[in-house]
Amino acid sequence: MTTLLEVSGVSVSFDGFRAINNLSFQIGKAEMRAIIGPNGAGKTTFMDIVTGKTKPDEGRVLWGDKSQSLLALNEAQIAQAGVGRKFQKPTVFEDQSVADNLLLALKKPRSILSVLFFRPSAPDRARVAELAEHIGLKDEMDRKSGELSHGQKQWLEIGMLLAQEPQLLLVDEPAAGMTPEEREHTTRILVEAAKTRAVVVVEHDMEFVRRLDCKVTVLHEGSVLAEGSLDHVTANQDVIDVYLGR
Amino acid sequence: MLRAVNIFVFWVLMATAALAQDAPMQSVLQDHRDVIVKSSRKTIAPAIDAVATSGLAQAQQVLEAWQAKNMWLRKEDDLFFRAEKAESGLYALYDLDTGAQVGEAEKRDLKQIKPNSGIRAMLATALVQFQLSDPNAANRAAALQSLERDPSAAALEPLRASIPGEENTVLKARKERLERLLTMAYDPDDAARVTAIESMSDDLGVDVRATLNPILQARVQVFEGDIPEDLNVKAELIPGSEALSLDQAYELLVSEGFATKPLTPEDIRKALIAHIDGGRVGGVPLVTLDTDAARAAAYQSLVEQGQVVPGVTSDQIGEIVAQYQFAEVYLDPSHSVAAAAEQAMGSISTRVAAGQTLDLVLDGLSLASIYFLAAIGLAITFGVMGVINMAHGEFIMMGAYTGYVVQQVIPDHTTSILVAIPLAFAVTFGAGVAMERLVIRHLYHRPLETLLATFGISIALQQLAKNIFGTQARPLTAPGWLDGSLVLNDVVSISYIRIAIFVLALFFLVVFLFIMKRTRLGLETRAVTQNPRMAASMGINPGRVNMLAFGFGSGIAGVAGVAIGLFAKVTSELGSAYIVQSFMTVVVGGVGNIWGALAGATMIGFFQKGVEWLNPSNTLAAQTYMIIFIIIFIQFRPRGIIALKGRAAGD
Amino acid sequence: MDRSFFARNPSVLIFISLLALFTLMVTVLAEGFGIGVISTSFVKTLGKTLCLCLVAIAMDLIWGYCGILSLGHFAFFGLGGYMIGMWLMYERTRDIVVTSLSEAPLPPTEQEVIDAIGTQIFGVVGSNKFPLVWAFADSLVLQLALVVLVPGLLALVFGWLAFRSRVTGVYLSILTQAMTLALALYLFQNDSGLRGNNGLSGLQNLPGLEAVPQATISLWFLWASALALGLGYLLGAWVMSGKFGSVIKGIRDDEARVRFLGYSVERYKLAVFTLTACIAGIAGALYYPQAGIINPAELAPIASIYLAVWVAIGGRGRLYGAVVGAALVSLLSSWFTGGLAPDLPLGFYTIKWVDWWQIVLGLSFVLVTLFAPTGIGGLVDLWNERRAPDRHGADLGPDMGSLREKEALE
Repeated sequence: MTTLLEVSGVSVSFDGFRAINNLSFQIGKAEMRAIIGPNGAGKTTFMDIVTGKTKPDEGRVLWGDKSQSLLALNEAQIAQAGVGRKFQKPTVFEDQSVADNLLLALKKPRSILSVLFFRPSAPDRARVAELAEHIGLKDEMDRKSGELSHGQKQWLEIGMLLAQEPQLLLVDEPAAGMTPEEREHTTRILVEAAKTRAVVVVEHDMEFVRRLDCKVTVLHEGSVLAEGSLDHVTANQDVIDVYLGR
Repeated sequence: MLRAVNIFVFWVLMATAALAQDAPMQSVLQDHRDVIVKSSRKTIAPAIDAVATSGLAQAQQVLEAWQAKNMWLRKEDDLFFRAEKAESGLYALYDLDTGAQVGEAEKRDLKQIKPNSGIRAMLATALVQFQLSDPNAANRAAALQSLERDPSAAALEPLRASIPGEENTVLKARKERLERLLTMAYDPDDAARVTAIESMSDDLGVDVRATLNPILQARVQVFEGDIPEDLNVKAELIPGSEALSLDQAYELLVSEGFATKPLTPEDIRKALIAHIDGGRVGGVPLVTLDTDAARAAAYQSLVEQGQVVPGVTSDQIGEIVAQYQFAEVYLDPSHSVAAAAEQAMGSISTRVAAGQTLDLVLDGLSLASIYFLAAIGLAITFGVMGVINMAHGEFIMMGAYTGYVVQQVIPDHTTSILVAIPLAFAVTFGAGVAMERLVIRHLYHRPLETLLATFGISIALQQLAKNIFGTQARPLTAPGWLDGSLVLNDVVSISYIRIAIFVLALFFLVVFLFIMKRTRLGLETRAVTQNPRMAASMGINPGRVNMLAFGFGSGIAGVAGVAIGLFAKVTSELGSAYIVQSFMTVVVGGVGNIWGALAGATMIGFFQKGVEWLNPSNTLAAQTYMIIFIIIFIQFRPRGIIALKGRAAGD
Repeated sequence: MDRSFFARNPSVLIFISLLALFTLMVTVLAEGFGIGVISTSFVKTLGKTLCLCLVAIAMDLIWGYCGILSLGHFAFFGLGGYMIGMWLMYERTRDIVVTSLSEAPLPPTEQEVIDAIGTQIFGVVGSNKFPLVWAFADSLVLQLALVVLVPGLLALVFGWLAFRSRVTGVYLSILTQAMTLALALYLFQNDSGLRGNNGLSGLQNLPGLEAVPQATISLWFLWASALALGLGYLLGAWVMSGKFGSVIKGIRDDEARVRFLGYSVERYKLAVFTLTACIAGIAGALYYPQAGIINPAELAPIASIYLAVWVAIGGRGRLYGAVVGAALVSLLSSWFTGGLAPDLPLGFYTIKWVDWWQIVLGLSFVLVTLFAPTGIGGLVDLWNERRAPDRHGADLGPDMGSLREKEALE
């Protein structure tokens, strides 16, 4: 399995507080990975670094077959290179319809002129319909996304990420605030997505992680504490100390 | 008969001799009788000098009487007297030598000597030397002042003479200083002048520079042959160099009569118009003369016809100029004095520059404290609470008008200011609380709409002030003890009002820090700022805290208004003049931090003063450059000088 | 999605028809070609109002759609006016100078003509030399190009600096206000080369067309303004109806999301900022020949804030709202402040509208912000009964799109 993303020796601190401390991490193509860790372990900061929102003080972030450094790129360029990110809170464009939201995310040239003269073709519309069906929002295509329920918004956002056709999907707490059925659906979408691309899920909920059935990385105080199957890491004494010890 | 004549002649001779012996002053006056009677400014100088330098004790009284138009000439014997109109209607005559009354006379028998204002000024100058030794200290001081204002060579000796006898130490110091200045300018001995100049070369006084400047004055002169050896040459000039352009050199030649004026296009035009002849000039049709080249050609043809003289071409200018020598020559003939003066001026200039820098720093500091005062309220409402208040400027204006109204009620300026400051705080505190309750409360988390709503309030308040107080500026007078300035020397001074504002700014900085760090309100405000939900669940009422914080910020704006009103005109536009700068102060300094506001105010104040110093005639340009500078500054520190970093800053 | 542009934007056709009808009516009623019911000065007022509507559309695009509350668009408007004003003033002064010099005994040289124009124009600021900025003043084509280029370039440079340092929200508003103030202060100087606070005057006279009465010229400008407004509306509607509009509205509602979708948010903002600056410049170039005079006071920050007031009262995020707001408020303002409105006696005090209109405007603006954020345009929604049902998590409009109702109320 070849490596898609390699983070090595990355550190970042805010006003003296070391949020990420010499963190190394790698993930291959078409792999599902769950990142767990207590509050303040640096999970969100890790995603910020990969997506270009935060620049690390030191370390390397290499991407793809050509081992391109992501540190030189801005957020939009990283997204175009193939990294999709889902926020903790569902963020969709509430003033626009579900179809418009998906159309906006569709993998197409992002330059101003091509966007200005863009008119959706038949295949584009078919693709949007297909995505809507996949995330279970086929009947809601023309509704404003602001009118959707919380879970539907989460799915729409995942749908938008899939429309981007990224090689790496970063998902921050997708199951928060969902009903058991909705979680089931979310799990299915993510597992399906991981067949063709790398998916990194940050999650608190052990039950949800267990369903994903994948390799788990435990973060603590900005660095990797343990890595392996869920059963393996939950048996690790360090992990037990961190989670249960205090 | 012959005998009688002899006796008369004898008597006159005797009288004159006696006069010279017994009445020396009368004799001096008689020597200059004609010019005194003629009373012309052009010719009077020898007469005044003669009296002043006579060395007679009476000289002062005579000059004073002369100046006061109390000197009269008795027509029958052409003798001068001091005369005063007596009660009888006759004029009482007093002898100018003894001062004793010597009789009375009808007005028609006398002739009054009426010096005009020019002569009286000359008399005053001549009198100075006597007044310098006047027993009355006030008179001596007045004489010194007059001499300081209008120094003269003649005063040098009397001044020197008056120094040893001077008892008043202040006056003595002044006299000694003046003596050195006069020595610098007028002493016949070059060595003495050089010594005096060197002794004053570390003095920043304007008078020293005013004395040195004429010594250093030089003028460009032109010489046909070699430059004479005896001239005090500052520098030889080569025409065509930076110091003396070819045209300037030629102009000098023209003004000295060595050359004729070059032809300007205007001269050509006039000459052509003067020689228009039936639609043609020199054979050239008029309509074609719409270029300079055509006009020059037409002029040339006039030259060939002999109707005008040929002009000087630029080639010729070069040739002519080359025949002469040019040099900058000191007006003062002494080489050593000029050299010493140059050196002294150089050392003084360095010190003046240092003084000016200090002055600039003080100016910048006082401007910074004004901006800080104007911005500190904003730093609370905008920085701490995240609420943008476009009506902040109008709160400043309300404070200033409060001060004005209080002054109408309480005429004593000191009391009224002491009343106005807390009252302005109360008024704007109330206005701020009302605005927070009625408007801003409903718009939290919608900053752009807060901006617009408070702007609506701002235009309403401005117009309201206009309706109440009219459009003309209202005075807010500072108490007397704030008038004037603290003068360190002739270069550095700072007005007391600005010092007071600086103190006020410091005071509010301390008050702000105290409230935020040491009181319950400050603790609650910081809690609400950081996490309103958490604060609320701890039993803090965020609504109340926001209201009080907003009121506090607005109240400071009101106090700032009183302070600003003391030196600016109180109009309805007072606030809007400061609002953009205040926002800039907060933005540049870094939002959410009082030290940021301080740093921002300091930077903006200093920058603006700096630009004004580079381009003193244009304060508008200073503001323009300041804003451009801020826009560029934001590029490098988007979150201000003192920025919160990382996640705490939010996005 | 198959429907045509006009079917998707019914307001465009309605607006253009109403605009055409309005123009036709004014033409028929005016003195120039029609029956003379409307005075020439009122025709000019109407023409100016159309220009204000156009700049309001620009403001709506940048604020209502893109979420950037620019307090600088009236500065771009003024710059456009200055650019065309330079040509008008230069050419007209040239006509006067050439006429007066033709009576001189010698025909004038080119330099003499230029010097005389310089003395005429700059005598008032104690100069007679042409500053560099007037280099193209003798060319109509070049000055017309500058009408678009100067505001566009200023917007491009300023926007590039501001957006690349990620200045947003109220900071950006304050920064644009500072830019406007800097520009106005610069123009107030005598050595700015644009006649300081005297500004440019006599712009209502078209060079070479002295014989044409103002009644006719006023109608020409009305037509031109109406055409520009129509085209501006069409352009705005077209740009915002497609995917580009989707991106722009996305930036307004959640900038970070758009960025993580791979769009270069800064470039899109810059494009809209520059485009709207150009539109504002064109509007200004049509406005000031009708006003006759332009001076730096026109560019003061307050004017740009009024522009925001118009758009807010009319209703943000919809082009017709901007037009209605600008037309209504500016016409009402000139009615009240022009002393035309009758005084209101209250017995103990007589309200003179000249003094009190500003207060009414300011307070009504506060009320609109508080109670009717959708402005007058919101009435259209009510009438259409399209008002969205009250729902949990409705967005709060352009400013805090990502915050839901519940959070914002806390």
